Amino acid sequence: MKPAPFRYARAGSLAEAIALLAGAPGENKLLAGGQSLVPMLNMRLARPAVLVDVNGLRELIGITHTPEGGLRIGALTRHAELAASSAVIERAPLLAEAARHVGHAAIRNQGTLGGSVAHADPAAELPAALVALDARIRMTGPRGAREVAADAFFRGLLATALEPDEILTEIDIPAQPPGWGFVEIARRPGDFALAGVAAVVHVGHPLAPPSPPRAGEGEVRLVGFGVGDRPVRLTSAERLLTGAPLDAESAARAGAAAGPDCDPPSDVHGSAEYRRHLATVLAERALLQAGARVAGGPR
Amino acid sequence: MTAPSERLTVCLTVNRRPVEQVVEARRSLADFLRDDLGLTGTHVGCEHGVCGACTVLVDGRSARSCLLFAAQLEGRAVTTIEGLTPAEGLSPLQESFRVCHAMQCGFCTPGMIVTATELLAQEPAPSTETIREAISGNLCMCTGYVNIVHAVEQAVAARVAGARA
Repeated sequence: MKPAPFRYARAGSLAEAIALLAGAPGENKLLAGGQSLVPMLNMRLARPAVLVDVNGLRELIGITHTPEGGLRIGALTRHAELAASSAVIERAPLLAEAARHVGHAAIRNQGTLGGSVAHADPAAELPAALVALDARIRMTGPRGAREVAADAFFRGLLATALEPDEILTEIDIPAQPPGWGFVEIARRPGDFALAGVAAVVHVGHPLAPPSPPRAGEGEVRLVGFGVGDRPVRLTSAERLLTGAPLDAESAARAGAAAGPDCDPPSDVHGSAEYRRHLATVLAERALLQAGARVAGGPR
Repeated sequence: MTAPSERLTVCLTVNRRPVEQVVEARRSLADFLRDDLGLTGTHVGCEHGVCGACTVLVDGRSARSCLLFAAQLEGRAVTTIEGLTPAEGLSPLQESFRVCHAMQCGFCTPGMIVTATELLAQEPAPSTETIREAISGNLCMCTGYVNIVHAVEQAVAARVAGARA
């Protein structure tokens, strides 16, 4: 299993990377951590003409605080850095937890946040976490920079709003509310999840400590992964909980309502029916985790 | 910027030795180590990042050498199982694998030892659960996992005993 021949170029700057991609968009591919791309090359599911190595682009590295209390995270940030970053653990603990669930240590050392998001595997943890966190995905290309809400970024199986001549640069994450949950079921630690759910319960929810009214008050975001062709908002369950108390009974009702929003695949690891069942149980568990964190004060 | 090329020169360090070599762009680090440098201790199993047999250290952190191209390693330091083995005899971790009979066919062993080396560098006294999770990305098709976990635990215990002595 060897990749078909390709040409390799090391980009020294973002402008160079854009120019190299523009040479033949769609045929030229970016190489970041390579943990999803290289298996596809080795199996010859992808045959790019040119691989543009962006690993040297310092402008894509780093985790910075935003004035609004959130984070801006460079696309080249490795999963291991996300999981260990004190800034991420403090301001977006859901994302740190999701990063700990990605692959194995050797994969987390190499794989990048931007790569996972651009690849858009529907069973991947990080895309679901970003949708739950209402993150904004920033990208740039020959037509300039733009940003897309995570909700709108993921468009289907391995399909995103990123154009073939664009480069994902950063991800902006708003300050995360204290109520959050993240659960998944996988055959082994590090495997892609059979199913998983990320939950965020916003400040202002009846169970949360009193705070000034703000946008998103009372909002619950529940996102399933491995249960559809992209990260799936479990909107029926969300609606049941919006502005309503979150307790064991409402979490169970919301979990049960999550099933019909899922359209999971059947494969050798599990049937669609089994995965849908997992989604209902995991949605309930993620909500209970979130509720416990809200009730328990500081996370 | 380097112009897109099918062949290029790469300069890196392998087991503390500088190496400069012309490689095909599609040459995996695993094949580079085995076929170009003769370091056959790194084993090639699945070639798509699942089995962990080809795990090496890059700047001290574990990586699948089948998922890296040699061309990407410019300026980096690679350590293979050969680099973790003393000139004479075995390292304490290797000795522990021998004592605990933590190998059957031995195919997964280099990857297991590299993975365990990183674990013990980051966490000198890991729990059994942590050891199991750390090696979960390394497949042993002989299913000899119990003795492998014992070997890592034994290496920790030996080091603790050595420190006390």
